[in-house]
Amino acid sequence: MAIPSDVKLDTLGLFCPMPIIKTSKKIKELAVGQVLEVVSDDEGIKKDMPAWCETTGHEYVGLEEQSNGGSIHYKTYVRKTK
Amino acid sequence: MATTKLDPQAALAELQESKPQRVTLVVLSGDMDRVMAAFIIATGAASMGMQVTMFFTFWGLNAIRREGAKGTAKDWLRRMFGHLNKGGADSLPLSRFHFWGLGTRMMKLVMKQNRMPGIAELRAMALDLGVRFIACTTTLGLMGITKDTLIDEIDQFAGVSTYLAEAKDAQVNLFI
Repeated sequence: MAIPSDVKLDTLGLFCPMPIIKTSKKIKELAVGQVLEVVSDDEGIKKDMPAWCETTGHEYVGLEEQSNGGSIHYKTYVRKTK
Repeated sequence: MATTKLDPQAALAELQESKPQRVTLVVLSGDMDRVMAAFIIATGAASMGMQVTMFFTFWGLNAIRREGAKGTAKDWLRRMFGHLNKGGADSLPLSRFHFWGLGTRMMKLVMKQNRMPGIAELRAMALDLGVRFIACTTTLGLMGITKDTLIDEIDQFAGVSTYLAEAKDAQVNLFI
C-alpha cells in the first residue's frame, strides 16, 4: 500500500510555487535511485509534480491521498534519475 | 551604485552553449498581483531547470527598486515623477481593490496569515534560483529612476535588442 521512500519533505501549509521550489532543492541531496516523498496540502501538487518530473526528467512514482481531519494530505513520490 | 555583473555578450554566448529550456518575462506592470504572478512563474520555471530572464520596464521597474530609495534624477520634472511613483517590493499596489492602500494592506495580511511569500521573498527566491534580472535603461531614464535606487542584483542594464536576442531562443515568452 504505502510507497517506500528514502527522504521526506514536508511542505504542509505552503502554496504554489513553494512545494516545487523546495522539491527542486531537496532532490539535489538525494543519491540517484532514491525516492523523495513530498507531503503537501495544496491540491495543485497532484498535477504539478508529474509536470515537474516530465520537465526535469526525474521519475514520477505515484501519489497517495490521506485525509487528515479537515484537510487532505497529498503525498507525491519522485525517484531521482540523474 | 549598482554595477553590471555580467557581460551581455558572454552571458548570451554561455546560454547558447548550454542550451537549457528558456523562459523570458517582460514585466511592464508594477501592480502587486501581476508582479507576484511574474515571480511565481519565474521561480517555478527555474525550479524546473529552465533558464529564466526577467526584463523590467516602465512600472515593472518599481518591483526592483530598493524600498524608500529616493531618485537622484537631474531635472526637476523627472525627480518629481520619481518621487510620486513609489517603488520597492513593499509599496506595490493591487491592480484592483487597492482602495488607497487599504485593500492592498488587507491582501498582504491574508497572505501573511496563510504563510504565502510576499514580493520581497519571491524576488529573493528568484535570485537564489538563478533568475536573471534586466532593467530597461530607456524607461529608467524616462521615469526618473536612477540605477543607484535599484537593488544590487541586476544582471544587465539593457534595451530591446538584448531582450529579443534572448526571447527568440526561448520556449516561453510572457508579457505581464
